[in-house]
Amino acid sequence: MTPLLEVSNLVTEFGGGKDRPGLRAVNGVSFTVERGKVLGLVGESGSGKSVTGFSIMRLLEKPGRIAGGQVLFDGEDIAGYSDDEMRQLRGRRIAMVFQDPMTTLNPVLTIGTQMIEAVQAHDPVSKDAARQRARDALGLVGIPSPEERLSAYPHQFSGGMRQRVAIAIALLHKPDLIIADEPTTALDVTIQSQIISEFQRLTEEANTAVIWITHDLAIVSRLADEIAVMYAGRLVETGPVGQVLTDPRHPYTAGLIASVPSQNRRGEPLRQIRGMTPAIDRLPKGCSFRARCDRATNGCLRLPDLAPEGARSFRCFHPVMNESAS
Amino acid sequence: MTELEDTTIAASERGRLRKGITDFFASPVAATGFVTLIIICGLALLAPWISPQNPYDLMQLDIMDGRLAPGSESMSGLVYHLGTDSQGRDILSGILYGLRTSLIVGVLSAFAAAIIGTTIGLIAAYRGRRTETIIMRLVDLQLSLPTILMALMMLAILGKGVMNVVIALIIAEWATYARTVRGIALVEREKEYIEAARMLRLPGWRILFRHLLPNCLAPVIVIATMQVARAIGLEATLSFLGLGASVTEPSLGMLISSGYQYLLTGLYWISFFPGIALLITIVAINLVGDRLRDVLNPRSMS
Amino acid sequence: MVTSIIRRLMQALFVILAMTVIVFIGVSVIGNPVDILINPDANQAERARVIAHYGLDQPLWKQYLLFLQGLLRGDFGDSFVYGRPALGLILERLPATLELAITALVIALVFGLPLGLYAGLYPGRISSRIIMSGSVLGFSLPTFWVGLMLVMVFSVELGWLPTNGRGPTLALFGVEWSFLTWEGMRHLILPAFNLALFKTSLILRLVRAGVQEVLPQDYVKFARAKGLRESRIIAVHVLKNLMIPVVTIIGLEFGSLIAFSVVTESIFAWPGMGKLIIDSINLLDRPVIVAYLMMMVLLFVVLNFIIDVCYTILDPRIRLDAKA
Repeated sequence: MTPLLEVSNLVTEFGGGKDRPGLRAVNGVSFTVERGKVLGLVGESGSGKSVTGFSIMRLLEKPGRIAGGQVLFDGEDIAGYSDDEMRQLRGRRIAMVFQDPMTTLNPVLTIGTQMIEAVQAHDPVSKDAARQRARDALGLVGIPSPEERLSAYPHQFSGGMRQRVAIAIALLHKPDLIIADEPTTALDVTIQSQIISEFQRLTEEANTAVIWITHDLAIVSRLADEIAVMYAGRLVETGPVGQVLTDPRHPYTAGLIASVPSQNRRGEPLRQIRGMTPAIDRLPKGCSFRARCDRATNGCLRLPDLAPEGARSFRCFHPVMNESAS
Repeated sequence: MTELEDTTIAASERGRLRKGITDFFASPVAATGFVTLIIICGLALLAPWISPQNPYDLMQLDIMDGRLAPGSESMSGLVYHLGTDSQGRDILSGILYGLRTSLIVGVLSAFAAAIIGTTIGLIAAYRGRRTETIIMRLVDLQLSLPTILMALMMLAILGKGVMNVVIALIIAEWATYARTVRGIALVEREKEYIEAARMLRLPGWRILFRHLLPNCLAPVIVIATMQVARAIGLEATLSFLGLGASVTEPSLGMLISSGYQYLLTGLYWISFFPGIALLITIVAINLVGDRLRDVLNPRSMS
Repeated sequence: MVTSIIRRLMQALFVILAMTVIVFIGVSVIGNPVDILINPDANQAERARVIAHYGLDQPLWKQYLLFLQGLLRGDFGDSFVYGRPALGLILERLPATLELAITALVIALVFGLPLGLYAGLYPGRISSRIIMSGSVLGFSLPTFWVGLMLVMVFSVELGWLPTNGRGPTLALFGVEWSFLTWEGMRHLILPAFNLALFKTSLILRLVRAGVQEVLPQDYVKFARAKGLRESRIIAVHVLKNLMIPVVTIIGLEFGSLIAFSVVTESIFAWPGMGKLIIDSINLLDRPVIVAYLMMMVLLFVVLNFIIDVCYTILDPRIRLDAKA
């Protein structure tokens, strides 16, 4: 059976033209997502993880553009889709939830309007029927008295409630895939946890696959099946969550895990990865993590390939080998 | 970003100025506007020496030369390149002298309004409370009425004349500066260096003019530039309506107005050429102002 | 909602009162009230009668009260030129000005909105750049000069359109309108376009700026992610957000259109209030001037009030603030 989504060698550039290369925000990224599974796409800000999500949706802001690679959705190459075919895919088969619930809903339109239009964009149903579905969807994500809330405006909701509305909108057409771009980052910790649970329940019920974009490894460990770690526009490590998080191969992944507060002993100083993420217009030659890496050698001046090892793969000449875990 | 800016402001001032100038001339359109403006100012300044005749000296005018088409020659051999008006006034000379009036009115009113408005705005922001409320109410009131209405109102009270037009324009425009300056000063007022200045018990006027004012200068310069163009247009409009310059010393608007009746019989040049001169002047100033706004706007700088 | 309307009404009243003070000071204190109120040709007995009539021998505050009293009764005195009540003269000419201003506003919207939308949606296109350059020109061209050029081209050279007056009018609701007759319509075209030029540029630039502000917003991206058609995104998500600044500007600019109609009316001999006020200033017909100024102030206050109300309808966030 073909995977639901197969991204291979995706390159997204900002600026540039036919002959001139632009800035590569996403540089040859490949991964697959199976039906009903959750992929955690992890990286620091600027690593290209959000741009990857928007590239799959073909919702890049100018001057961003997909400069190469293939995106197979359900076996079809959607790069060749016309704008209208792509539009029909969006919201119906691939939905998206954004990071900041305060800005994703149009402030001057009621929740009802924004949900009804989402229904009617893909199904030729009456306004009443669409409203009915919108109401049910709101109920499903745990919004009390959904009928009344339909005629409310976004500013009358809290951040958590707004994100629930956004999730309800994403689920309206029972999509095969939801791309969730740090949907809980902007929320309070307690709300975060609730939303993640709801989200997990709803997508499992509907057998919806998810790409969960985040920098938070704790979330990934909680809900993802697979993990893909991005650094400076490239994938550095992918594999099943259990394997990668307990036994990372790439020094960057290892550093990320080590810097999660709960991994640190009480009283010890917090561990962190030294240095800063390089800007994409000033990437070092070879392995882009080289300058921050304790294990780097002169050999790292060449770019390592993404080498497979069983179900996982990583991009490093000097992988971390944790004997005690294997 | 702002905190950093405050501490390094003196050191980077020079560099910023240079960068600003470079940025300004990076736009060919703005550069063209600037050069055009320089030329216009030069022409206006040198008008008494380069005009073929003194259009305000009735002795030099020959009524027999009235309404001559562009390129006509007078009895005395003077060529009227842009024709003459009904009193035999050389249009080219009229334009050169008219530009003087336009620029003087524009610059004078814009600068006076800038100084008055800025001062009032600073005082409002600094004093706060009652003073601020009263001033801002007045500003709101003023800004809710269109400039031309304010100007008409003032002229109705003061009577006609170029100087009265200047006064009317000042009264009609000061509020824009006051509001902008107060807005900026309000933000600055909350910052630490003002607090520090207060702690040092620096006198109020010192805080106002040494510390608050420099931060307001960029927007004030931009507004003032645009305002010069507006004022020139308004002066011309008011003169066209017969409320500004006198018939014997016509400004551009007055020249255009005096040509109106002849326009209907096909003598286009009396109104046409002064209008073109007016247009070029206003466009040039607006282009410069537009660019200044882009260059000086701190938001677009970062 | 009700309390906020009442509060705004109170503010409006305050503004009107403030303006009466300003106009009163302008007319009665700065200018010489005797010159202002009395026809210079009047004889001694007439002068004495008028001075007593207007209470010019009274203290200032009392004079102001008298002035206010006159305002409330709509009594601004008789025009020196026409010998009839000043307010009546103004009101007679109001429809002509309104007709001109409304037509100009419609023209400005019909051209400014779509062009601004286009220039905002496709900023890179050459056509957009041409539109924007054109708007700079529209901004910079002095209205009165454009008026003359319109006359020159369309009347003198081409002979297509008339330039003088309103043409034949037809009564509707007891008021005469030009646009109801073909000839009147033809008279209306040039002045209306003349008056509309500046506002078209203004609306165009405002709409373009608005589009460019709204387009990068997350909610537009999210609307795309929902799979909405681009037409729906523009017509609903972008336009609804644009409506707030546009309505404001329409309200404010309508008043300014009426004020600026003095220029257009003078050129095209359009028999409206603007023409009357210029004539009155030139002839020092002060009662008419005062009546005109107070009319305009009233108009602006009413317009601002209407804008405020529209605002609360359009922007749900403000509605909430008003409730709280």
